[in-house]
Amino acid sequence: MRDLFLAVLLRDLKLASRRRIDSLLPVVFFIVALSLFPLGVGPEPQMLRDIAPGIVWVCALLASMLSVGSLFAGDLADGSLEQMLLAPQPAIAIAAAKSAAHWLLTGLPLIVATPLVGLLFGLSGPALAALLAGLLLGTPILSLLGALGAALTLGLRSGGMLLILIVLPLTMPALIFGAGAVSNVEAGLSASGHFSLLGALLLGTALGAPLATAAALRISTE
Amino acid sequence: MNSPPLRLYTFAAPSRFYQLAGWLVPWFWVATVALTVAGLYIGFFIAPTDATQGEAYRIIFIHVPAAWMSMLLYLVMAFWAGIGWAFKARLASMVARAIAPTGAMFTFLALWTGAIWGKPTWGTWWVWDARLTSELILLFLYLGYIALVNAIDDVRRADQAGALLALVGSVNVPIIYFSVKWWNTLHQGATISMTAAPKMASTMLTAMLLMTLAFWAYAFAVVFTRTRAIVVEREAHAGWVAELAGGRMRP
Repeated sequence: MRDLFLAVLLRDLKLASRRRIDSLLPVVFFIVALSLFPLGVGPEPQMLRDIAPGIVWVCALLASMLSVGSLFAGDLADGSLEQMLLAPQPAIAIAAAKSAAHWLLTGLPLIVATPLVGLLFGLSGPALAALLAGLLLGTPILSLLGALGAALTLGLRSGGMLLILIVLPLTMPALIFGAGAVSNVEAGLSASGHFSLLGALLLGTALGAPLATAAALRISTE
Repeated sequence: MNSPPLRLYTFAAPSRFYQLAGWLVPWFWVATVALTVAGLYIGFFIAPTDATQGEAYRIIFIHVPAAWMSMLLYLVMAFWAGIGWAFKARLASMVARAIAPTGAMFTFLALWTGAIWGKPTWGTWWVWDARLTSELILLFLYLGYIALVNAIDDVRRADQAGALLALVGSVNVPIIYFSVKWWNTLHQGATISMTAAPKMASTMLTAMLLMTLAFWAYAFAVVFTRTRAIVVEREAHAGWVAELAGGRMRP
């Protein structure tokens, strides 16, 4: 099972390394979407500082959801997904490896780009640290739930919009605690409660979501 | 008609459920009308005026039962969808699909009546408070379920994918509720609980319970009607449906 996990993960990373521009798209989307907000709401520094954690989270959410749609699509189109599901190892390994690959290719670049965003929005050091820590705990949740949505909507017309509609409600707790942690730090309070809850959400999702994704893959490819 | 002996699963057969539901639906409509008339009469004419909120509170007789139904129906839908998935019970999946629009309707009704109630009491149509927000997210969950099952053409896959989504959603509902609750709360506390003595006049409670029963009866009537339609649609190839249509359908 570990071999299958590693094989699928490394395969996805290798595929992404052959299509570098494709794998940069989510992080570019993230930055572009974020830079729309000062244009939309006005360049007042205090207001931008106040809304920064929330919009960073929302843009990270959208970047994850828009990129996760293609997670299984290529493998479905060329038939390799069915071959992987025929492997004697449980499909959970595939689901977990795909989610991990998505996080490495989307979540991690977003986190790396976030300090830059912090500069754009004038976030203070501690607030930026809280934002990064929250994203580090929260973006894996987005990848795990996004993979579930991608598996459920595999091969459907208008799959992209549908995926966003069914996954976004499930990700709201992560958004609340992730953005809440930064607000707490900015208000001079401790954010450890928020981080504990995010960590708990991550553990729960990591245990449950690959199972559901595996079931969804079986349903969708039957 | 010589019927086979009744067993626990007799009505899990779509054909027999079709007959049973067809017989029950008029009675549920009668119950709906009678209970609604009684509940609204007690609520609007007999229940006393609220000391602080005046007459405006009377929308509670629709708002609270609708909110109850919206949450209950999601769980009922997830339950039947799960049964249908786990045991390959066709009828259970059909019932789950028939429940979704009614559940979404009650969720919308709860939100809408809440907005109408909020305007005179809080002075605003909408606040981003814990219960309003989680009810809104519940509406999104219903819409996601409906959109997913309608986007999949293959009936079997649609039922199973819908079941998985509904089950994941029902696991998430409490998580969403508590996270939104810690996020922000301003809504008045629950007025009715099973353990504490009710804090409202007994006529108000009677009206609310009558309205709840009326909504139950309505939900049964509508869900059974919709299930009957789904049964006929999906069993169109079966002999009994052709007989039903008086030979007007393709054999």
